[in-house]
Amino acid sequence: MKTVRYILWGLALLALVIAAGHQLSHFLGTDAENVDGFQPAFTLVNHQGDTVSEATYRGNWALVFFGFTNCPDICPTTLAELAEVMDRLSAESKEVTPLFISVDPARDSIEALTEYVSAFHPSIVGLTGSDKQISNAVSSFKAYFEREAQDSAPDGYTMAHTSSIYLMSPAGYFVRTFKYGTPPEDILEDLRGRI
Amino acid sequence: MTYSLFRSLIVAMSLFMPLVSASYAVAEPVRKDAMVVEAPWARASIGTSRPSAAYLTIHNEGTSGDVLIGIQTSVAGKADVHTMTMTDGVARMGVAGAVEIPAGNKVELKPGGMHIMLMKLAQPLEKGKSFSMTLRFEKAGNITLTVPVLGIGATGPGE
Repeated sequence: MKTVRYILWGLALLALVIAAGHQLSHFLGTDAENVDGFQPAFTLVNHQGDTVSEATYRGNWALVFFGFTNCPDICPTTLAELAEVMDRLSAESKEVTPLFISVDPARDSIEALTEYVSAFHPSIVGLTGSDKQISNAVSSFKAYFEREAQDSAPDGYTMAHTSSIYLMSPAGYFVRTFKYGTPPEDILEDLRGRI
Repeated sequence: MTYSLFRSLIVAMSLFMPLVSASYAVAEPVRKDAMVVEAPWARASIGTSRPSAAYLTIHNEGTSGDVLIGIQTSVAGKADVHTMTMTDGVARMGVAGAVEIPAGNKVELKPGGMHIMLMKLAQPLEKGKSFSMTLRFEKAGNITLTVPVLGIGATGPGE
């Protein structure tokens, strides 16, 4: 009889652990979270023309997105989503910096970036650089981009690129990604739990 | 329990809100025979040097398939349907070419999927304005629509 009781208690405990785990994974979302605590590093130029590095943004949470200004579909959608997140964060927005890293430095001059990012939100920082600086930056985030020839695109090419938003901690560590199309509410909920 | 009720209420409310705002902003469907083009909209552009995108839904209510073979608009020197595919989180744009519209089916062009890429813009697309666009189908012929221009960050026809 005692053994049965122990087994039942054991089962109850197991159920509790599973439920807690389920809640936790639900809370964290299904995206990659804190895979191995890596620290991306980069040297790039911001849309004001200043040379910046990952250290420039230490102390703040950073939401990093890769794209290019000739992208008419997913880049504007994601930047608008970041703009909404920044607006709705209100006072806490001081602690978050959205970074838009161009993967198309050939076309994305400082002027082009300024025009583009400022159309979405004054807080969004556009970053560009040399081909080498861009490829180093992107690989340090373990992200991906590639120039693809396409006759039907402007200038005969388009860019394939990682479409997730990367969250970096104030200490400069990778925290998680938000996959393309994550509703702003979900990003807000996540950020508010951390700030 | 109260919390989950509250949460579902919030979700229900947030799902309902876009419907409310969509009810007055979406363009009227344009019909020609069995082909219906619904909810067209375009994204505002920044100047004319970069492409913009237009979206719509094509509903073939007929009993035979048709093909969208071309798009013309005075606001863009070139307008093609492009695809967006997502592989392991990497977004990649491709050319759709002619788009099959099977009998009885709806083909939806929306952000994150197929879109009409508006290139070589002749004028900036300004939010609140609209322009004319003609879709050319193999069988249904030409269908001309008025496309409202929404904000640069719009995600659907009701914004």
